Amino acid sequence: MSKINYLPGKEPHPSETRRIFRNVDREGYNPSIECFIEDGGYKLLADALKKQPSEIIDEVKKSGLRGRGGAGFPTGVKWTFIPRGNTKPVYLICNCDESEPGTFKDRFVVHQDPHQLIEGMIISCFAVGAHFGVVYMREEFPEAAKIMQKALDDAKSKNFLGKDILGSGFDLEIILHRGAGAYICGEETSLINSIEGLRPYPRIKPPFFPAAIGLYGCPTIVNNVESLCQVRQVMEMGGEVFAQTGAPRSPGTRIIGVSGDVKRPGYYEVVSGSITFGELLNDLCGGPKEGRSFKAIIPGGSSSKVMRCDAQLKAANGSPMSVFDIALDLDSIAAHGSMSGSGGVIVMDDSRSMPKVLNNLNRFYAWESCGQCTPCREGNPWMLKLTNRMLSGNAAPGDVDLLKDVADQICGKTVCAFGEACAWPTQAFIAKFREEFVALTEPINALKPHSDEARAARQFLGRED
Amino acid sequence: MSDTSNPIEALAAHHDSPGEPFYPKFATSPKLIKEAKKLVALYPEGKAQSAVLPIIHLVQKQFGFISDESQQWIAEMCKSSVIHVAGVVSFYPGIHRKCPGKNHVRVCRTLSCALGGGEEMFALLCDKMGIDTKSMSDDEPVGISADGIWSIEAVECLANCGFGPNVMVNDKLYSQVGEAKIDEIIAAHSN
Repeated sequence: MSKINYLPGKEPHPSETRRIFRNVDREGYNPSIECFIEDGGYKLLADALKKQPSEIIDEVKKSGLRGRGGAGFPTGVKWTFIPRGNTKPVYLICNCDESEPGTFKDRFVVHQDPHQLIEGMIISCFAVGAHFGVVYMREEFPEAAKIMQKALDDAKSKNFLGKDILGSGFDLEIILHRGAGAYICGEETSLINSIEGLRPYPRIKPPFFPAAIGLYGCPTIVNNVESLCQVRQVMEMGGEVFAQTGAPRSPGTRIIGVSGDVKRPGYYEVVSGSITFGELLNDLCGGPKEGRSFKAIIPGGSSSKVMRCDAQLKAANGSPMSVFDIALDLDSIAAHGSMSGSGGVIVMDDSRSMPKVLNNLNRFYAWESCGQCTPCREGNPWMLKLTNRMLSGNAAPGDVDLLKDVADQICGKTVCAFGEACAWPTQAFIAKFREEFVALTEPINALKPHSDEARAARQFLGRED
Repeated sequence: MSDTSNPIEALAAHHDSPGEPFYPKFATSPKLIKEAKKLVALYPEGKAQSAVLPIIHLVQKQFGFISDESQQWIAEMCKSSVIHVAGVVSFYPGIHRKCPGKNHVRVCRTLSCALGGGEEMFALLCDKMGIDTKSMSDDEPVGISADGIWSIEAVECLANCGFGPNVMVNDKLYSQVGEAKIDEIIAAHSN
């Protein structure tokens, strides 16, 4: 293979390991099928098709690959949830809805290297026995949709898709289905409803997960773009070798997208657990902006719990450590009360007001709630109203507790994980930056009416103010 | 009987928009029907309803928005009911019930872009395009300039968070948008 050169100014940092992003910003690389084949593409597919599907599943299980969409569920295990003795068709869906604020990794795969995803997807479809696959792409990627459609057509014309793929007797069709700007469609059951042409409300699970009852009532596997690309890596390296790199319980590389107040925001692909937050933010991202210092980190997409940079943490052996000493892998971050989620790191420096940040997130969740479950549909606008009230200086100290109370009432009381996703930011921001919220309040405001009804009622209740 | 229209009628009502002259009025044609049938054929047999979203995109791309008449036609094409199509149309923020301007601008307002000044860019864009920010609300998120050339909408995350503020004009994404870039964007789409 020829040496890889990257476009000037876009070279990877020495501590990066480019696997999935190998061809992103690569000099002379384009998303055409010719370019991919010249680079050795679709050879893995030919090899995989000679194996038994169960061998591929075993290999992925052995690799310990965990899903990259946010929940971190082991991909190989998910595949085995298809009921034994199943006679219905099996479907595989690639979740390219990428809508978690702070996450921007799949964008570059589908824009710059779509065949990598298609190859990973064909191998995965073969492994789970799917003959119909869907790439569910968010509507905000119109250019990627064109590129992906062309890539699918090209792959079909070269018999990597369609009937009797490469003479193996395996048939597969993959189509592109575009969403229409709804965050909730990234939730797998909502996504399935969206493909079925229904109003995309998430479905209740358990007892039945999509792997048992999914698209059109048939077993359906939903995997993230990066997960499917990682499957291709597992095939290339072998499950055991893949499992040896990175953190023991979350091996392989991870794409970390850093946004917010750092000198060099952007995407970095690193071996999981190989660097700490400190190294990521200070070395790879160039540290805080001039004259500033880091204040808070949201480590894995907007719904993960915020971490305070000056917090004193305790390592597993009891020795003191800071946020910057946490290694970048799923378990290390989870051990300190947050989650690595989708790998979208949002950084805020000391110039930022935390209530303002939370207000922005609350607006996002209030806008994106699908409206199926009452606690979330009603609770999110309440949380937004409360943070709005704090920012406008009309809140009383009790409103801080009220805000947390509303969040507690949403968490765990909804059909899908949106309930947790919208409650965690509020709970964490208040738990960690309570003083900033309280500072915006005035006790006298507890007496103020906040709605037209309350104002109207006030005129009969005495005191002028 | 009261004079106030019921909410269902209000939902279905046509909203006049200055952008309408820039788009053809909805009409079916053999070509459109052929394209819609092609979309339906992509899905497994008997699952024509799955094509509702692709057909909505097809119509919106060509006619700018989803009118009442088009919903009936979409329902016909994917062997569904009008109320069902209306349910889908009213769910997604990316589907317009009111005609946007000739150029539709989407500005990301979510956290990463907001930290980079996305909201200021939104205000600035509105100002330069002659759109009153007060005309927009949660119920009416799209603002349209009086001449119908521009429409603007604040949207949630465009998934390019590292390079904010992000602005999308029609199908083109502009990242790291600052004051100078706004003039460029407006100039590039003005003709």
